[in-house]
Amino acid sequence: MTDKKSKSVFMEGAITSEFIGNSIYKHQTKTNIGAHNIFLGQVRADVINDKTVLAITYTAYLDMANQKFHEIRESAFEKFELTCMHIYHSLGTVKAGEICLFVFVSAPRRKVVFEALEYIVEAIKADVPVFGKEIFEDETHQWKVNS
Amino acid sequence: MLITIKYFGQLTEITHTNEETLDMLEGTLIYELLETLYRKYNTLKTKDFQVAQNQELVDKNTKLTGQEIALLPPFAGG
Repeated sequence: MTDKKSKSVFMEGAITSEFIGNSIYKHQTKTNIGAHNIFLGQVRADVINDKTVLAITYTAYLDMANQKFHEIRESAFEKFELTCMHIYHSLGTVKAGEICLFVFVSAPRRKVVFEALEYIVEAIKADVPVFGKEIFEDETHQWKVNS
Repeated sequence: MLITIKYFGQLTEITHTNEETLDMLEGTLIYELLETLYRKYNTLKTKDFQVAQNQELVDKNTKLTGQEIALLPPFAGG
């Protein structure tokens, strides 16, 4: 049983712990799975020139981003023996300490989920046109760049 | 040939628009389109960005096909 259908990745605002917990709960019926691995991207309160980041506002080139997420899914299923895979990314404002990226991979055995998760997260960071505006406490901003 | 150009992230602070349409000659290359945009928006030239045509990143010597062009500053997903 595999779960390869394409779904909407983007959600408005932060990804809540309830949503993440519920996603884990939903997999209890998939009893061929023996290992899950989860990546959670959290907004960091970076201090830049003595100013602290309060939040990041995310925007995206949606058509291309959805196409890239689709390609990353296809390529991950091709490379790794995964049972299922879910990706969620925030749009709009996410405060420091809140979750903006949730990647969830599952497989019968553990080794594959470690490799697959790293592959997927690195591909998202490199290939998906998402833009982040870091908002400081004095309401000024700068544009985030993935390193 | 009408070309739709989309701007994202910090580039919209220079263009003050997310999207515009320009009439370009058939056979125009991406870098020639960029020269036109640099004349319109002086500081665009100082910014780091990639160009996508029809949602795929393209080289600046690629010909315009009439499909959508997007100017994409560095990605910051995740």
